[in-house]
Amino acid sequence: MIRIILPPPLRVLAGTGPEVTLDVQGRVTLRSLLDALESRYPMLRGTIRDHESLQRRPFVRFFACEEDLSHEPPDTPLPDAVAQGKEPFMVVGAIAGG
Amino acid sequence: MAGVRVLVGTRKGAFILESDANRRQWEVRGPFFAGWEVYHVKGSPVDPDRIYASQTSGWFGQIIQRSSDAGKTWEQPGLKPGEPSTTPEGMPMGESNKFMYDTSSESGKPLTTHQFYDGTQHPWQFKRVWHLEPSLTDPNTVYAGVEDAALFRTTDGGKSWHELAGLRGHGTGPKWQPGAGGMCLHTILLDPVNPSRIYVAISAAGAFRTDDGGKTWKPINRGLKSQYIPDPDAEVGHCVHRIAMHRSRPKVLFMQKHWDVLRSDDAGDSWREVSGNLPTDFGFVIDVHAHEPETIYVVPIKSDGEHYPPDGKLRVYRSRSGGNEWEAMTKGLPQKDCYVNVLRDAMAVDALDSCGIYFGTTGGQVYASTDAGDSWNPIVRDLPAVLSVEVQTLP
Repeated sequence: MIRIILPPPLRVLAGTGPEVTLDVQGRVTLRSLLDALESRYPMLRGTIRDHESLQRRPFVRFFACEEDLSHEPPDTPLPDAVAQGKEPFMVVGAIAGG
Repeated sequence: MAGVRVLVGTRKGAFILESDANRRQWEVRGPFFAGWEVYHVKGSPVDPDRIYASQTSGWFGQIIQRSSDAGKTWEQPGLKPGEPSTTPEGMPMGESNKFMYDTSSESGKPLTTHQFYDGTQHPWQFKRVWHLEPSLTDPNTVYAGVEDAALFRTTDGGKSWHELAGLRGHGTGPKWQPGAGGMCLHTILLDPVNPSRIYVAISAAGAFRTDDGGKTWKPINRGLKSQYIPDPDAEVGHCVHRIAMHRSRPKVLFMQKHWDVLRSDDAGDSWREVSGNLPTDFGFVIDVHAHEPETIYVVPIKSDGEHYPPDGKLRVYRSRSGGNEWEAMTKGLPQKDCYVNVLRDAMAVDALDSCGIYFGTTGGQVYASTDAGDSWNPIVRDLPAVLSVEVQTLP
């Protein structure tokens, strides 16, 4: 199971706690993980990445295993620790506004 | 029992204020959608329990919320809790926040560029919904004015939205430019007599009218003069802040422009300035008395650089002659050290016998007058900065 930590505004939208767990079929990449997340929680479509282009929204960041994965190509495999559920994948709202 | 419901959008959530017809005691509910900017909340004229809200965030984008029980509970249209996330055909649900400019060959227009602040051309990009205008006849039909400026419509209660692309596509798009708040379509007026006629206003492009239900549009800016564009009399490029109409006279329009208050008596074909004796003719809001179509209200703001009332005195100005002659309404409003702003969607009126006037400030106050502006009281004092105020008069 993949563990995903959502930022508070998206937890409210999705009606979840801080962490959600998902099964991701096949290779675990940014794309497949976000596809699975949006499939389970369709109210999150458009909030993390654009509806059509699937580009990450500018003020959203992706962290895992103490690394910033925000700028990784969408089909890059995520770290094994994320794929095995040992470490969470974090969707983070960029710091702004003080 | 008759009463009033005030729908307030703020920088950090929405609030609902309710009172009986006496309008003395108010119950405050909220915040709804806490932490998110709520640009606008508006109820259906034919079903007051049906309310739509635009919830938006620079981080996480646009959400449309809908209530069918007067704001007690909310849902994203098409996404009821526990329902499957796909249709039986496998199509994803959850499209209620999907605002895609229509570039299809059947109904759309090519996506042009528009002017940026520095005069260069920029591509159109959807950012948020500024204004939701429910249909006068159908609770499932709503118009949405968005940034970057365009007009969308839903006919299924907000589950899906489609652009009325004739507005953006009639040829002047490259001359549109953002105002300080962005390039937004903020005003939508539905003609109560002629269902094919709609007025909209865009900062900074101007006012536009359709007479065929949104297929084709024309600019209606003759008489507007703006010194911040190369040709002050240009067909488009004007920073219109707000337009108001009395439902009994839909061809008479009142406009608060960036600078200047104007009126039109011919459905926008021509405008004349009626700023008269206002202390400053900059401002954002303008509205019309519910029962007196020549009685109008504005809140003068010092200037485009100083977004607060002149002299630190919060004054609503009322004209009973449709403009030119204005009187300051001050009773109950702060008359010293007041430096709040009143944004363009933040004034509304009720339809009770003694017309109520309401406005919200960036300081978080919502003021109400139950005597058509003669005196004022704060309904609530300490909300987040108010972005919009709408009023429902309940039977």
